[in-house]
Amino acid sequence: MRRSPSFKDRAAAWLPVLVLSPSILAVFVGVYLFICWTAVISFSSSQMLPRYDFVGFAQYVRLWSTPRWIIAVENLFIFTALFLIVTIAIGLVMAILLDQKVRAEGALRAIYLYPMALSFIVTGTAWKWILNPTLGIQKVVNDWGWQSFVFDWITRPEVAIYCVVIAAVWQSTGFAMAIFLAGLRGIDNSIIKAAQIEGAGLPRIYLSIIVPMLRPAFLSVIVLLSYISIKSFDLVLALTNGGPGSATEMPSTFMFSATFRRNQMGVGAASAMMMLMTVAAIIIPYLYSELKEDRNGH
Amino acid sequence: MATDLRSARRSQQLGRLFIYGSLVALAAFYLMPLWVMIVTSLKSLDEIYAGSFIGLPKAVTFEAWSKAWGTACIGTKCAGLKPYFINSLLMVIPAVILSSGIGAINGYVLTKWRFKGSNVVFGMLLFGCFLPFQAVLLPMAQVLGKLGLSGSIPGLVLVHTVYGIAFTTLFFRNYFITIPDELTKAAQIDGAGFFRIFFSIMLPAALPIIVVSCIWQFTQIWNDFLFGVSFTAGDSTPVTVALNNIVNVTMGRKQYNVDMAAAMIAAIPTLVVYVVAGRYFVRGLTAGAVKG
Repeated sequence: MRRSPSFKDRAAAWLPVLVLSPSILAVFVGVYLFICWTAVISFSSSQMLPRYDFVGFAQYVRLWSTPRWIIAVENLFIFTALFLIVTIAIGLVMAILLDQKVRAEGALRAIYLYPMALSFIVTGTAWKWILNPTLGIQKVVNDWGWQSFVFDWITRPEVAIYCVVIAAVWQSTGFAMAIFLAGLRGIDNSIIKAAQIEGAGLPRIYLSIIVPMLRPAFLSVIVLLSYISIKSFDLVLALTNGGPGSATEMPSTFMFSATFRRNQMGVGAASAMMMLMTVAAIIIPYLYSELKEDRNGH
Repeated sequence: MATDLRSARRSQQLGRLFIYGSLVALAAFYLMPLWVMIVTSLKSLDEIYAGSFIGLPKAVTFEAWSKAWGTACIGTKCAGLKPYFINSLLMVIPAVILSSGIGAINGYVLTKWRFKGSNVVFGMLLFGCFLPFQAVLLPMAQVLGKLGLSGSIPGLVLVHTVYGIAFTTLFFRNYFITIPDELTKAAQIDGAGFFRIFFSIMLPAALPIIVVSCIWQFTQIWNDFLFGVSFTAGDSTPVTVALNNIVNVTMGRKQYNVDMAAAMIAAIPTLVVYVVAGRYFVRGLTAGAVKG
């Protein structure tokens, strides 16, 4: 009878860990163990089924000598650069305009942000139709009287990737806007007032005072948008299906088709590891700095 | 002096005009695809091929909607999106409840019952938020096969729950950290146990973040494509995969109105959630970026 409370106490002390342990296990297996597993496959000769032998870096060599993969990597760079620049530019302008005490701010914000609630498949389907050269936006402009207007990028391999950029920008600007707006709202208004009294115009105040103060917001937007662009898969698939030819192939679509369509599991795993390392190189320092700030008390 | 004031006022008015003009132009650009989807889905195919893209339909018809919902063909099966829409519902409801519930209790443990190493655990969970799922697709496919869950809705529920935990834990952890520890300490002194404190103190206080977590998970899981297309085929695919299949049917004259109606059907659940609870949606969106 005397020992039972102490047992109960000890059980109670373990209870929190016990409750957390299924999640720890799930994440340990589902994230970390599976990553190792993928790494093992990437060092094996697996094709249609996993085979657990060891062929060293052969699959990585094969991957980097596949022209399709090279195209995918180039596309990723072009896409990420344009996507980031355009999304950040428009998102920032939107946030600054919205911060001028405008009427109907809530409604406007809702309009800019609703694409974030849509599936990339829906976005891709809609933009595929809009960019359709025979019936879409080109036709409309032609009918309005500008007969020579041509907008057939989606059918031309050398520029089709820009179509993916357009659709991705449309979907994600609201997100950048929301973060910038939150940053702007955190800035003390008296700074703007003081600068105005000094005689500085609004554009100058924004460029040389406000925008530099938005550094943390910029960091978040850049990191999160890069992450979106590296894993973007559904949008490409729905909009161009990697085509015309392999003109809009991306690492994510390459990985998918190598693994599930072309029976090159080893190459697919190697490409997945390349993607993972790219994301980790961006995300881990970011998370580290965020957590460190957290601990110092925000 | 008077002219100075007037010109200042005029330039201010011009500034306002510029601001509103830009905002409205941007709004038009962001609404255009939705507008095009809706009007296209309400037109007859003949009208579309006659070259009406952006204008209102001459005669509104819901034919495309009923076709997309009930009779459009995917492969050899012609039952429309309806069965796949139901698949998505069967997938999303349990997955949202499970992942949000687990996230809630994890957040509670990680803030109010900290133990040695709990920060490390949190850091490891956090990386799960930014995992490129390509890196776990192959092993997951193997494991689902071994468990007898491959190609099934319960399999997708499991996958979405596992990979949803990271985000939901982040939400609840960042929220519970703002609830003062004194509150739980006092309850403990009064004799309340681990679960008692969770259910009668923490959960009632967590209503806003419960909404954020559920909305975020609902949107993510409903819109998922990668897991759906990798782990399911045929009759058990979610609606996003079915939509992509409908759009990529290559036989016969392309039915753009049915495509757009199908896209709208797949988009409506998340759009409704967004319209009803947009405020919470934005909070979920910025939670990964702006610390709670």
